[in-house]
Amino acid sequence: MRDSIPMVVAAIPFGLLFGALAVENGLTVTEAILMSAMIYAGASQMVGIDLFGQQVAPWVIALSIFAVNFRHVLYSAAIGRRLGHWSGPRKTFGFFFLIDQQFAESERRVQKGERISFAWYMGLALPVYVGWIIEAGIGAVFGGLIENPEQFGLDFVLPIYFLALVMGFRKTPGWLPIVVVSAVASIVAFHAVGSPWHVSIGAMAGILLAVIWLPGEREKAP
Amino acid sequence: MTVNLWIILAGALLTYATRVGGHLVLSRFSRIHPRVQAGLDAVPAAVLTTLIAPAAFNGGVPELVALTVTAFVALRGGMLSVFLAGVGVLVVLRQLGL
Repeated sequence: MRDSIPMVVAAIPFGLLFGALAVENGLTVTEAILMSAMIYAGASQMVGIDLFGQQVAPWVIALSIFAVNFRHVLYSAAIGRRLGHWSGPRKTFGFFFLIDQQFAESERRVQKGERISFAWYMGLALPVYVGWIIEAGIGAVFGGLIENPEQFGLDFVLPIYFLALVMGFRKTPGWLPIVVVSAVASIVAFHAVGSPWHVSIGAMAGILLAVIWLPGEREKAP
Repeated sequence: MTVNLWIILAGALLTYATRVGGHLVLSRFSRIHPRVQAGLDAVPAAVLTTLIAPAAFNGGVPELVALTVTAFVALRGGMLSVFLAGVGVLVVLRQLGL
């Protein structure tokens, strides 16, 4: 439980922001709360509501949420090896809460030489999860009261938030070329094909670059 | 059920699939092909970049300055301070009417 305090505090502004922006982008308060409770993945929820605001096809929104969350596959594979002593139902339940910070804290515990008990894992997860839902509700209620959102920069908060996230990934191999290629491809696609295709086209360009170019680079590196 | 609820439900199921699927699928293979690994590593940065670039391209002075400040502060600061710096710059510049 105590380990979860930094996670809870760090999530508060983003939980509130999500609620407020969800309402700005046309979701109801209930939908905003439901989204936080069911998806429970900050970055992908922001991507989702960004696209909700642009009236794109429903399957594109779902697919974009999936794409942003795809990294969880790696967390799941990595942490799954540490949970061999958990029962099937506990695993089924526990994996729902596997957000970035949950993964990082769990790996840190393993590296300290301690076991990940179900009680420790849930004690870490539940305060963050419950807080996340409450924040969405508060943000959504108060977000609806803001009359001129442009004044607070609310219409451009998401690109700033996404850039902060992208910068956080800068240690991954080939980050700069991937970002540059995705950026150029998405701008070209945005003007040539139109939204929302710039998301899939731009992302595919960056991913293809990584698939074609990076394995060779890695072998060369020591 | 409204379209929005279907989207949220689909997003929730797909997200859960990523969280449980890695353990179920990838754990069956002893090693992942380097190309697949490189592609997976690239996904978050690539997807998120496509949500920034067109907005930046179509933005004015306050938007571009705010993004530049965000990028530079991100070299040192944590997520929250980076974000607040970017939004702070944006709000101030807009208030100045730039």
